[in-house]
Amino acid sequence: MHNSKTVEIIVGLFVALGIAALFMLAMKVSNLSTFSGEGGYIVTARFENIGGLKVRSPVTVAGVRVGRISNISFDNTTYEAVVSMNISGQYNTLPTDTSASIFTAGLLGEQYVSLEPGGDEKFLKQDGEVRLTQSAIVLEQVIGQFLYSQAEGGGDAK
Amino acid sequence: MIDTIRKLGKWGLSGFERLGRGHIFLFHILTGIPSVLVRFGLLVQQMFSVGVLSLLIIVVSGLFVGMVLGLQGYNTLVDFGAEQSLGVVVALSLVRELGPVVASLLFAGRAGSALTAEIGLMKSTEQLSGMEMMAVDPIKRIIAPRFLAGFISLPLLATIFSAIGVIGGFFVGVGLLGVDDGAFWSQMQAKVDFNEDIMNGVIKSIVFGFVVTWIAVFEGYDCVPTSEGVSRATTRTVVHSALAILGLDFVLTALMFGNI
Repeated sequence: MHNSKTVEIIVGLFVALGIAALFMLAMKVSNLSTFSGEGGYIVTARFENIGGLKVRSPVTVAGVRVGRISNISFDNTTYEAVVSMNISGQYNTLPTDTSASIFTAGLLGEQYVSLEPGGDEKFLKQDGEVRLTQSAIVLEQVIGQFLYSQAEGGGDAK
Repeated sequence: MIDTIRKLGKWGLSGFERLGRGHIFLFHILTGIPSVLVRFGLLVQQMFSVGVLSLLIIVVSGLFVGMVLGLQGYNTLVDFGAEQSLGVVVALSLVRELGPVVASLLFAGRAGSALTAEIGLMKSTEQLSGMEMMAVDPIKRIIAPRFLAGFISLPLLATIFSAIGVIGGFFVGVGLLGVDDGAFWSQMQAKVDFNEDIMNGVIKSIVFGFVVTWIAVFEGYDCVPTSEGVSRATTRTVVHSALAILGLDFVLTALMFGNI
């Protein structure tokens, strides 16, 4: 058997390796390094239809990820979806007349909220609300409208 | 007829008796743990034989499991033009499931069986009774350090398994198959959550470490003190550990990710 000092050193290295692996998973694999909820502020937006938007979906400005959806709820009185967005603290200069739209990344990709900054001098604060919103485009509705207009157009031509 | 029913009853009773003995034994181990912390050298020695010596098989299997995941995932994803999500597939399946489960199964085979055989042989050569004669509590001196060592080692090993597996998937995906380097990591970072995914995997491996080491030391301590008894106990350790891991994995997955 090895003498006890060598054993202790090797066990110490083993524990260090385990912790290093956890550190690598945290920093390189997970989102801990890119975005942490701390220091962020919550902004809400109301949509008529959120399509397939989910909690933890990204929130982007000009395509850059600035936060994520923290909560989605339904308003019983206005029949609208209330989407809370947790935006990272370093992006605290979004004007109050920013507009929000729900887009889809790629044809089958996940849905995300895209913020379009306006021109106001005041900035959005904690618990602020984005008033200008555009609902998600539901593919079935678009196809349905397209087919309907096609059928109507075809009827006129004859 | 009556005889068969009697046998069934006996079988059931002895099963429950073993279960009860196992829990009393676990209670004794847990009360013996503070005395291990005083004699730290014992724990380090066991961490070496339980944890460090399992490192090789864990690293090699982790690397190959990650590489296979990269290869298989790529073949499926490329049909949908979604090969950039390869990193997500590899990382999520390793961190959530394969890391804790496969590392625990390997650990049960590599270290659990060794623990059972060691303790069983100590029992059959009457070393444990000898210790009791000398007023040394074998549970404090022999069992508790081994239990604690396994309980600490397995989460570390499972984490190493996942990390090495991700690197293996990276080698195959980016190095061999030509997935974009940046997309591989950035998609992974976008989809893998530290608390939801990685910490839940670590919690799983902590639970498995507890159960596997408990089964291993109990089977060794409770074995019939003959050479045949030790061999049976060793087999039971591996089989029962594997069943416990897979069963518990379903329960934990349902609790953590199943939205139940």
